Amino acid sequence: MMTTNRMFLIAFTVSLLAACGQKDAAEPDASDAGDASRLKVGFVYVTPISDAGWTHQHDLGRLQMEDSLGDQVETKYIENVPEGAEAERVIRQFAADGFDLVFTTSFGYMNPTIKVAEMFPDTTFEHATGYKSAANVGTYVARFYEGRYLSGIVAGKMTKSNVAGYVAAFPIPEVLRGINAFTLGMRSVNPDAEVKVIWTNSWFDPGREREAADVLITQGADIVTHHTDSTAAVQAAEEKGVYAIGYHSDMSRYGETAHLTAVTHHWGDFYTRRAQEVLDGSWSSQNVWGGIKEGMIRLAPLNDAVPADVAALVAEKEAAIRSGDLHPFSGPISNQDGEELVAPGTTMSDEDLQKMEWYVEGVQGKLPR
Amino acid sequence: MNDVLVGIILATLGAGTPLVFAALGELITEKSGVLNLGVEGMMLVGAVCGFAVAADTGSLWLGVVTAMTAGAFMALLFGVLTLTFQANQVAAGLALTIFGVGLSAYIGLEYTSVALTGLQAVHIPLLSSMPLIGPTIFSLDPLMYLSFVLLAAISYFLYRSKAGLLLRAIGESPRSAHSIGYPVIRIRYLAVLFGGGMAGLGGAYLALVYTPLWVEGMTAGRGWISLALVVFATWRPARVILGAYLFGGVTILQLHVQGLGIDLPAQLLSSLPYIATIVVLVLISRDINTIRLNSPASIGKTFHPGA
Amino acid sequence: MRFKIEARPQPSARMAYLSPLIAVGLTLFTGLILSTLVGTNPLDAFYAFFIAPIDDWYGLGELGVKAAPLMLIAVGLAIGFRANIWNIGAEGQLAVGAICGGGLALWFYESSSVFLLPAMIVAGCIGGMLWSSIPAFLRTRFNTNEILVSLMLNYVAVLILSYLVHDPWRDPSGFNFPESRLFTDAASLPIILDGTRLHAGFIIALLVVALGWVFVRKSFVGYKMQVVGMADSAALYAGFRRKHMVWIGLLAGGGAAGIAGISEVAGPIGQLLPSVSPGYGYAAIIVAFVGRLHPVGILFASLLMSLLYLGGESAQMLLGLPSAVTGVFQGVLLFFLLAADLFINYRIRREPAVSPIVAATAADTEVTP
Repeated sequence: MMTTNRMFLIAFTVSLLAACGQKDAAEPDASDAGDASRLKVGFVYVTPISDAGWTHQHDLGRLQMEDSLGDQVETKYIENVPEGAEAERVIRQFAADGFDLVFTTSFGYMNPTIKVAEMFPDTTFEHATGYKSAANVGTYVARFYEGRYLSGIVAGKMTKSNVAGYVAAFPIPEVLRGINAFTLGMRSVNPDAEVKVIWTNSWFDPGREREAADVLITQGADIVTHHTDSTAAVQAAEEKGVYAIGYHSDMSRYGETAHLTAVTHHWGDFYTRRAQEVLDGSWSSQNVWGGIKEGMIRLAPLNDAVPADVAALVAEKEAAIRSGDLHPFSGPISNQDGEELVAPGTTMSDEDLQKMEWYVEGVQGKLPR
Repeated sequence: MNDVLVGIILATLGAGTPLVFAALGELITEKSGVLNLGVEGMMLVGAVCGFAVAADTGSLWLGVVTAMTAGAFMALLFGVLTLTFQANQVAAGLALTIFGVGLSAYIGLEYTSVALTGLQAVHIPLLSSMPLIGPTIFSLDPLMYLSFVLLAAISYFLYRSKAGLLLRAIGESPRSAHSIGYPVIRIRYLAVLFGGGMAGLGGAYLALVYTPLWVEGMTAGRGWISLALVVFATWRPARVILGAYLFGGVTILQLHVQGLGIDLPAQLLSSLPYIATIVVLVLISRDINTIRLNSPASIGKTFHPGA
Repeated sequence: MRFKIEARPQPSARMAYLSPLIAVGLTLFTGLILSTLVGTNPLDAFYAFFIAPIDDWYGLGELGVKAAPLMLIAVGLAIGFRANIWNIGAEGQLAVGAICGGGLALWFYESSSVFLLPAMIVAGCIGGMLWSSIPAFLRTRFNTNEILVSLMLNYVAVLILSYLVHDPWRDPSGFNFPESRLFTDAASLPIILDGTRLHAGFIIALLVVALGWVFVRKSFVGYKMQVVGMADSAALYAGFRRKHMVWIGLLAGGGAAGIAGISEVAGPIGQLLPSVSPGYGYAAIIVAFVGRLHPVGILFASLLMSLLYLGGESAQMLLGLPSAVTGVFQGVLLFFLLAADLFINYRIRREPAVSPIVAATAADTEVTP
């Protein structure tokens, strides 16, 4: 028999080294907790922060708030918190530890946030993307579709095959609004354009996202975009020599020639404002739905491949959305069967937008149910 | 139409290749009589270590080698537990997966979504310009070619070499192999390490070629699929590669069906590869003799040489 | 001088109890080294991991909330594991339990009958059993490997749940978000400790643990299954029907996981969500082994595992340690435990260079933990 103890020791030591080779990425944020004069702000994240994506943008917002409010605030986050039963405990923990303001940044945190808010009436909560609020719970979400519409214009101008591919996670209203706005934007400049959609059934599965993008490209899409959390679709486009439009974050690093632009989220101003309001005592529960005008949604810088006239058109439409002259969901809008659901001259109400569950004309295939 | 076909074939090969690596490795491990359920964990650690080294050094090939080493190192942990410490193989394998998921996430913290240019396809001159065959056989990425070479090498090893015969003998009856004087434990260690290296290679394919990026849990169940493939293949290497492409093909086809806009719930389509795997497993194992003939008799059982 | 592993004449009862403690001790020691290397004060780390999460009633309640599904599932799985029937599909069986029980709650949404809740639990149990009967049937009828089938079915079950909450069971007033309606009080497990989330599901879990103890210790079937696990040939000799064992082992695991599923959705979650478990089905496998496949051991192991989870969250909060640390810790614990098992059936002796003849009692034994 071999000298077991020595072998085991070596294996064990190496495993320790492997485990410790990495320096801790998430340093504690505040050096002296418990300073009563500071506003304590907690963030609950649904995934690790990583380098791009939904949570990454929220964390940028947190850092921006720290920067602009300096010593007045102290922030802390917990990442990778599963939606459901786990979330309630984490949210409650923030409240119980004396945090004044807690941002819960995923839809699945809605009911837990409301429950905890009832138990801690003196704590202020802000829940992203939900529809339930309370005296001490505000909600906030961005008009992602405004950015989608603009990126659709870019796509409509740049496509040669008149087919765009859309890698999407789940058929929920937020994702459908994005697909529809993108399609409307695309067809506003290119009436022949069509959009193909593939559902991955996961917010986050780079392998599957990659496969979906590959399939879309094979089926003739020469522009792909995605509503999933990784950068795989952009990378697939780069490799296959077609264009891509990123989402959440500026993903140009992942596809220097492919990445035309990205619809990016910016929460920093909002976080700063709400924290300041809590500091001033002027906070009140609101349902914030901010878009381009509020600076929550932007387009990442356009790729050099985008001609100047297209860039000018996008800038013009962006200005129109900002001023309120243009609403992506203004009629006439028809569904896939050609049935006119939004009459000319009218605009969909926010409530209808929030409930959206149909495809506009130009999206190929049936909405999965 | 031709382009679509080429696209489907290429995508199928791409989806199947990580499975080919991991499943071939597990096949060798199982042939020696050891069942290592930790493939998922080994793939993940291989993926993250390979990606980290490639990102830091800029050398993809160094990344590939690191991934194999890391996978083999994980397998070593498993070997120590099951071969030296005589732990239950099923439990140790599951533990290895759980450990690998956590460890890879931890190592990968700083590498999440770092940009990297993956291994590029090799276009073989002249041949690659042939219609249909050219783009699907003669312009693949180097690791895909490696998978073909490994398949041939493993088939030769198992059925044509003395060492392969010994490995199979040990898988059949470690007691008799031991009594003739063969070092059962040492050979099983080697088989386990090989399995780990191959799983690491499969992980590297995902992280360095296929996506190419690192994200937590990016194998998304492919390690488990590889285990199923070994049974599916009734422990025969050529069938492993067939099964891997079949699974990859079903995955890709369900996406194509979606892209064409068929009115079926996306969840149903997404579950097709798993259901197909079960159906195939049933078909394969229905004939108890095939399984009994091909599966290593001592699989999963702890062996203690007694001295 | 060399170390040799030799078989004990009979398994050491003392080591059977000591080995989990040794494993826990070694894990703590590893944690100590790890935290020192990462630059955290080990005492702080210990406090954050093991004291802070349970230093109040709410924390203790949470310990029970998380331990309940773990012990339930683990007790069920252990019955199969003892007979070498490897059901690793508890995650899917849990989901189907949640679907069946939760479906009942939605079907009888208007009902306030006292029978609703018990009926839901029975439905959950049956649902889990149905799902686990698939691998049982395929194993007994077609000899199909139950490990792989039960595992594949995990993915399928979660996709079915996803389909149901995305479409037919969606909350009609929920803006088409993928969530069911919140269950009524009649369909929710009552809280048993005021001010916490500890619900009646914990008592059910304890009852099942007791039942499991009776089964393992007092019933003839339990004894038979253990013999089957020890050696197939012995069992065949004694005329035990292997097929019966497969059915019992898988149904026990499935039923328990199903109850865990309905307890989660009728307890802390309160509705059906696309994801109802943060991996309890997999973690319970560890719990079963850490608990030495014995109901009493599982009771303690589930509390320990629950504490590890809570500790991971609290370490993120207090020390800023990333969430991945918890997974590493669980893996390390399990490794040590499995390695320590060696000393139950074997002992290590220092030997002189000449090797003695050891009675070959260990010939091809399958070491059953």
